[in-house]
This record gives sequence, structure tokens and C-alpha cells, in this order.
Amino acid sequence: MEPILTINNLTKKFGYLTAVKNLSFTINKGNVYGILGPNGSGKSTTLGIVLNVVNRTSGDFYWFDGNTSTHDALKKVGAIIERPNFYPYMTAYDNLKLVCKIKGVPHTKIQEKLELVGLWDRKDYKFRTYSLGMKQRLAIASALLNDPEILILDEPTNGLDPQGIHQIRSLIKQIAANGTTILLASHLLDEVEKVCTHVVVLRKGEKLYSGRVDEMINSHGYLELKAENPDLLLTFLKSKNTFGKITVEDDLITVFLDQPMDAKAVNQLMFDNGIVLTHLVKRKESLEEQFLQLTDNQ
Amino acid sequence: MLRLINLELQKLWLNKTSRILIFISFILPFTVLILSSIKINFFGFFTLELGELGIFNFPIIWHITTFFASYFKFFFAIVVVSMIGNEYSNKTLKQNLIDGLSKKEFILSKFYTIVFFSLVATVLIGVATLFIGLYYSSYTEIAIIFRETSYLLAYFVKLVGFFSLCLGFGMLVKRSAFALAFLFILFIVEWLVFWGAYEVFGNTEMAWKVKRFLPLESMYSLIDQPFQRIIMTKYPDKIDLTYDYAVHWYEVATVLGWTALCIFLSYKLLEKRDL
Repeated sequence: MEPILTINNLTKKFGYLTAVKNLSFTINKGNVYGILGPNGSGKSTTLGIVLNVVNRTSGDFYWFDGNTSTHDALKKVGAIIERPNFYPYMTAYDNLKLVCKIKGVPHTKIQEKLELVGLWDRKDYKFRTYSLGMKQRLAIASALLNDPEILILDEPTNGLDPQGIHQIRSLIKQIAANGTTILLASHLLDEVEKVCTHVVVLRKGEKLYSGRVDEMINSHGYLELKAENPDLLLTFLKSKNTFGKITVEDDLITVFLDQPMDAKAVNQLMFDNGIVLTHLVKRKESLEEQFLQLTDNQ
Repeated sequence: MLRLINLELQKLWLNKTSRILIFISFILPFTVLILSSIKINFFGFFTLELGELGIFNFPIIWHITTFFASYFKFFFAIVVVSMIGNEYSNKTLKQNLIDGLSKKEFILSKFYTIVFFSLVATVLIGVATLFIGLYYSSYTEIAIIFRETSYLLAYFVKLVGFFSLCLGFGMLVKRSAFALAFLFILFIVEWLVFWGAYEVFGNTEMAWKVKRFLPLESMYSLIDQPFQRIIMTKYPDKIDLTYDYAVHWYEVATVLGWTALCIFLSYKLLEKRDL
């Protein structure tokens, strides 16, 4: 696989505070990556370092094959950090024209990208008249101007209303479908789960996990059960070592599987043992539950 | 280089406030220059024609116009500090860097713009002075016309130096208003140094020599005040009025030194700073 960004033992200290601690990971071409972590876990700092706006304390990083300087590499990268930052007194079109001049791309790209994010008919309005959702979409258009190899988004749906969130997410999916590598930093777990294939989990500047989203925790999922006779069911579940932790909430019994088992086999097993289930659902933990599990373990 | 100037000009030109200020900094000196060159009749009581005083004669006219025009540099100084302050307050500095502008290019785009505006201002003042001089001057020999054009160079260096100082303060404090306040503080500090030097050496002559190496005073003294010289031309036999009003190479070198230092320190500051 072709690497796009490699980070080795990166550390950043702000005075006494260590924002990023010995962080290493690699971003490969063609995947959608998520950087996941609570507020203040070092996501934005890490992105700031690789984007050349924050100075690192130690460690190193390189773009692509390592032979391109960061300055040149950034011309092949599109990025938005935190809020969309533009000149409020310029129109959307003029703002993008400025970005074109910085990146050295022809102005003809502006129309294409503004149409992609649905802002072409508002191109002559000043940036300060835009709503937050429109500002965020303009930022995405701006980041895409140079047809980047990688698009870096830092909390792109922060502060948006549900409609805005939906627009941005479908836009991201659309861009990813075109083969652009995406690096998405977020503290919203379901966002990462919905959009990303790979994830790096950070907490207090340290890496807890990096790899595929669906392999984050080796878990066989859990069952939600209801039965006519819950006591019988409970004693049966406790006697079998296939089942792990059991929680009871009203008449709903939740039990974690210690070994792989599908719903059909469970149903068969119960029936064979004289228990008739009135409710059976097999679920995988959501990323949120996995994340909490991961951060609790440390 | 053209790309960097082009970039900065777009930022300035589309901003209404800086557009007005740039306009004023170019138009106002001209209006004053042209108004002063015409004959003004005060309701029939008396007529004032500055041209009759001989101040529009070559070569002294170069000295006079550049001296007065340099006071209008404050308008563009506001533009300079706000072009740094705005980049910080809009966080567009960060976005510019993310978009692929290097920190060096960022500082250079500001510096080139300063040089560009100083150059335009110098050329305009030069042309206007030449025409007014040709119209009023009693002497129009080529050798006399171009005798003291060193004042134009001094004017250019003075503008570049002063704006670079503003740029440095802008980078240091990130806020335009505070940067202008810093200029005022520097003005006071220079007088304090003068006072300190006076205490040490015991005479004002040495104290002036020290002060002439400080940023603001070195820029001011590039073009010495012309009033004494005007009086000198009226009373050529008064020896005690004579003073050294010429532009010297070491004065230019001092200002260029401060300019280089300001730009270099601005760059180092930006390089070290986390945005």
C-alpha cells in the first residue's frame, strides 16, 4: 500500500502539558481514516503539526514517500482545521480565488468545486453573510480545489444542525467514493463509525488503538433476550460458560457472548432446554461502547 | 515574487477600510502639494503664493516635498498593522499556511507589498515634484534639477523602514491597535535613551549621536527638517544657521539595518509560534 502520511514518535508539549505523546501511525492511500478521541486528546494538535502550523517538540513525520518537503506536500493536501477560516469581507468566489493563487491551481476549478458543494448560486455573497453550514461547505470546496490526494477534516460537523450534518456527511461519502483518502478527526463516535474504515483512538495524547474499525475489539457481540420464565432463563445462562456478563433491566436480559454463536443456534439451544423466548436480538457493540471499553481498560 | 504581491494586493484591495486608507495615503499628499502650489487669495486682503518664497526652486523642492509627504505615511502604517492584525483575528494566517503558503512566503508577501507601495509613493512624489518644479523653479538646468534627487531615495528607504517596523510590531502583538500603541511607546523609549545618554556623556551632542541610531530617529533624520534651510537661503550670510541637511550613506545604512532586523525577527517569531 502507498503511504500518504507517516508519523513517528511525535511529541508536543505546551509548557507542562503534553498534548501529544509518542504518537506513531501511518495513513495509506484509499482509506477513510478517523482520529477519535475526547476533547483535548491531541487530535487537532497532531493535525496542526503535520500541517505545519504547530511546531513539534520531538519525533518526526513525512508526507508521501518522504522525499517531498512539507511545504510542497501541502499543495497536494486539502485541509480544514476547526472553524472555516476565510476573509469575511470577500465573496465566496474571491476567497477561493485567493486559495487558487496560494495553491497554484487554475481559477476554472472554482466553479466545479462550488457546484459540488451546492454554493455556486451564492458565489457572489460575502463570506460573513453565510450560515455556519454554508461556511463549512465552502471550506470543503476550498480544500478540494487542488484535487488533493488526501482531505483532512477536523470536526467538520461541529456546531451544525441535523440537516447540515447530513449534508456534510453525504458530501464526505461522495468524496471518498471518488477515491480520495480522507482523514477525519472527531469526538463523535457514530460519525467515525458511519464514515470511516480505519480508526486511530487517542486519549490524553496517547494512542490507544489503530487499525480497522470493525476489528477494534475482539468481541462476539451480545444478546438481548426475553422469556416467559425469566428466572429459568437466568439460571440456564449462568450455568453455561458460552455466556459472559449478564445484566437485567426490567424484563430484558442482556448477555455477552464469550464464544461465537449465531441467533439461530441460541434459539435452538433455548428451545432444546425448554425455554421459550419471546424476544431475541443479537447485536454488535456500537463504536461508542467499544470506545468506552477501550478507554476504561487503560 | 509577483504571485506573492498579487496575493497581498487582493487581500488589501477587497477590504473597504484598507482601500480607503491607501487612497488617502496617495491622494492627500498630492492635494496638499497642489493646493500649496497655487496662488491663494484670502478674500482680497492678501494673496498667499508659496511659490514666491522660492521653496519650489530646484533643488530645494526635493527636500521640501519629501519631508512633508513623509508625514502621510501614517495612513499606510495603519494599513500595514491591520493587514497583520486581520490575519490573526480572522485566523486566515493559519488557513493560508495550511493551504500551502510557507511562513517565509507569508512574511515576504507582506514585505514585497510594503516595498511595492513605497516604490509607487516615491515615483508619484517624484513625478509630481518634477512637474511643479519645472513650472515654478527659477533654475531649470538639468544638472540643478537632478542635483538632490537623493532625497527621493531617502524617502523610499524611510517608507520601507517605517512600514517594516510596523510589520514587526504587528507580528509581535497580533492586534493592530496595540501595534500602533507600541510605536508610540518606542517614541518615548527613544527619548528616554536620549536622556540616559545625556546623563552618561554630559552633552547633548553625544546624546543626539546615540539617538540617531535608534529606529524612529534614524528614519526621521534621513530627511532633516527643511525650515532652517529655507531661512538660510534668505539670509546666506548668517553662518550660525548652517547645518548638515544632506542625505548620508550611513543614515540610509542604519535604516536598512533596522528594516532587515524587523523582517528577520518577524519571520523568526512566526516560525517559533504555534498557531
